[in-house]
Amino acid sequence: MMLSVKMDAPDLVTAEDGGSLLLTASGAWGIRQSDSCEKLIEQAASQPAHSTIRVDLKSVSFLDTAGAWLLQRFQMEQAEQGRDVKFIYEDERFDILLKEVKRSEIDNPPEEPLHNSFVTYLEYVGKATRQLGNDTRDVLAMLGAMTAAVTAGVAHPSRMRPISIGVQFQRSCMGAVPIVCLMSFLIGGIIAQQGGFYLRQFGAEIFVVDLSGILVLREIGVILTAIMVAGRSGSAYTAELGSMKMQEEIDALQVTGLRVTEVLILPRLVALMIALPILVFLANLAALVGAGLTCWWYLGIVPYSFLAQLQAAVTVDTALVGIVKAPFMALIIGLIACMEGMKVEGSSESLGRHTTVSVVKSIFMVIVVDGVFAIFFASIGF
Amino acid sequence: MNGSGTGPHTPNGREVLLRVRDVTVGFGQKIILEHLDMDVYRGEVLGFVGASGMGKSVLMRTVLGLTPRRSGSIEVFGQDYDEATDTMRREIEQRWGVLFQQGALFSSLTVRQNIQVPMREHLTLSSRLRDELALLKIEMVGLPLDAADKLPSELSGGMIKRAALARSLALDPDLLFLDEPTSGLDPIGAASFDELIVKLKETLGLTVYMVTHDLDSLHSICDRIAVLGERRVLVEGTIEDMMQVEHPWVKSYFRGARALKRV
Repeated sequence: MMLSVKMDAPDLVTAEDGGSLLLTASGAWGIRQSDSCEKLIEQAASQPAHSTIRVDLKSVSFLDTAGAWLLQRFQMEQAEQGRDVKFIYEDERFDILLKEVKRSEIDNPPEEPLHNSFVTYLEYVGKATRQLGNDTRDVLAMLGAMTAAVTAGVAHPSRMRPISIGVQFQRSCMGAVPIVCLMSFLIGGIIAQQGGFYLRQFGAEIFVVDLSGILVLREIGVILTAIMVAGRSGSAYTAELGSMKMQEEIDALQVTGLRVTEVLILPRLVALMIALPILVFLANLAALVGAGLTCWWYLGIVPYSFLAQLQAAVTVDTALVGIVKAPFMALIIGLIACMEGMKVEGSSESLGRHTTVSVVKSIFMVIVVDGVFAIFFASIGF
Repeated sequence: MNGSGTGPHTPNGREVLLRVRDVTVGFGQKIILEHLDMDVYRGEVLGFVGASGMGKSVLMRTVLGLTPRRSGSIEVFGQDYDEATDTMRREIEQRWGVLFQQGALFSSLTVRQNIQVPMREHLTLSSRLRDELALLKIEMVGLPLDAADKLPSELSGGMIKRAALARSLALDPDLLFLDEPTSGLDPIGAASFDELIVKLKETLGLTVYMVTHDLDSLHSICDRIAVLGERRVLVEGTIEDMMQVEHPWVKSYFRGARALKRV
């Protein structure tokens, strides 16, 4: 069968021939055999010196660029030591091949420069520091462009692209509802169970309701939802914008006279800023349901007393403290995601790196912002 | 030089490297190719032409096993691709090289690493030889040596084409598939590309399956031309044969204003 073409193993026989060295090559000298060919050639090169070396290629059954290169390299190396290598062949295709690889004088392949590890480290630190400054500037620039776009949108509401916002809202809010609710439900349950386990020792299990109510409404609901959204929608934004950047779609938009901030970034940010508070509200409800069920099953607090205790423990303000943070977190997630997306360069590796960075940065910033809000609310006595 | 194979032969004694029989390909309701037959012989350059959207690229992708077909058989190197075992497929894949229309270089690897991917995957070579062969291929396709350590995103369109050709030639294949190799190249670049293909054909006994719209390539390097139309191979033959065909599309393609201007 033709597929498994039998290639003879290459061989190189050395013989003395009246003061000169005669190498008789046979078999296939192709790229698949080139590993053994290279060894054969190296062996031949280690032979005692002769001023003339003749290489008989008449019984070579197959030659390709790899084999021809090995022969040519041998000739070039020997020539450097003042020895003359001649090839003997009948097939004129060998001639074309040997000439084809000869013109490529690749004696010294350019090597990738070596770096001192300490210098590399310093360089890395320097770059990272500058990057931090650049990132801050980029986020501010994007925020400015956003504000300008929103202002323009207020003046001409048609430029706000309601359909685009709707589509983004559908994807980042509606699509996230099931997972956000499920996650919050479980977390609510876990908080109630863990709190109950310890508070029960003091007979204070009823305060589990206060604990989970305040914790969920003020902090946990918003933080967990924001983290989930950063991982879900933030990464999607970065990947979408990044691949559009790679395919020059962003450039195409620009030269068509469309503003990227207005067409791509604004709808995403606005959608996210509407979506996150809604998601946080739903997450709060789910978490309270989870906490309520756990209290009932684990601590024996019936739903009626749970609700009564909850009404005493929290007010609308408690829930507002959580929800009011949501648009800010959405803004930060969206800005970072879009900024990282716009920084993607040509390669798929760069797309992957920026998507990772986008998620990591947004989650980190979400927690920082939450901390800032905690200080703020504490100082105004809320 | 690779004549040791014993594949299927036609009555006129030419060895068939690629045999396509009764192939039908369609997407949903739309039939792209229907009962298509085609042969590619060893050592020839087959040029494939056809109007845009007639399925030239689809046919190439079908032959390569990238697009599923509804019926028909494809034999590569005398082996039915469907019935081939994994080992056989690997062997087939080592013996063909493919140049995609957009180059399809691996974007996170440098040009040198791109060319070395098939070498690393299929062969054991010393790293010195691997480097030298990669640089040899780079120079053979007419790229400057300093392109070796550049990423695909740093290359121009023409350079990407050349680098992709170098990668498809990495293992010195028997059968080379080229999808519009000269599109996007300047006329001088395109001509030297054609020259390179001829040289490779002569020295390595390369068989080339080329989808092209370049009338110059069709005239200067193609041994045989096949025209794809009406969901099958409409006509095939030499460029002289094409000049005699009375089919309206073929006529306007080979004897239209643009074609005649070059004479």
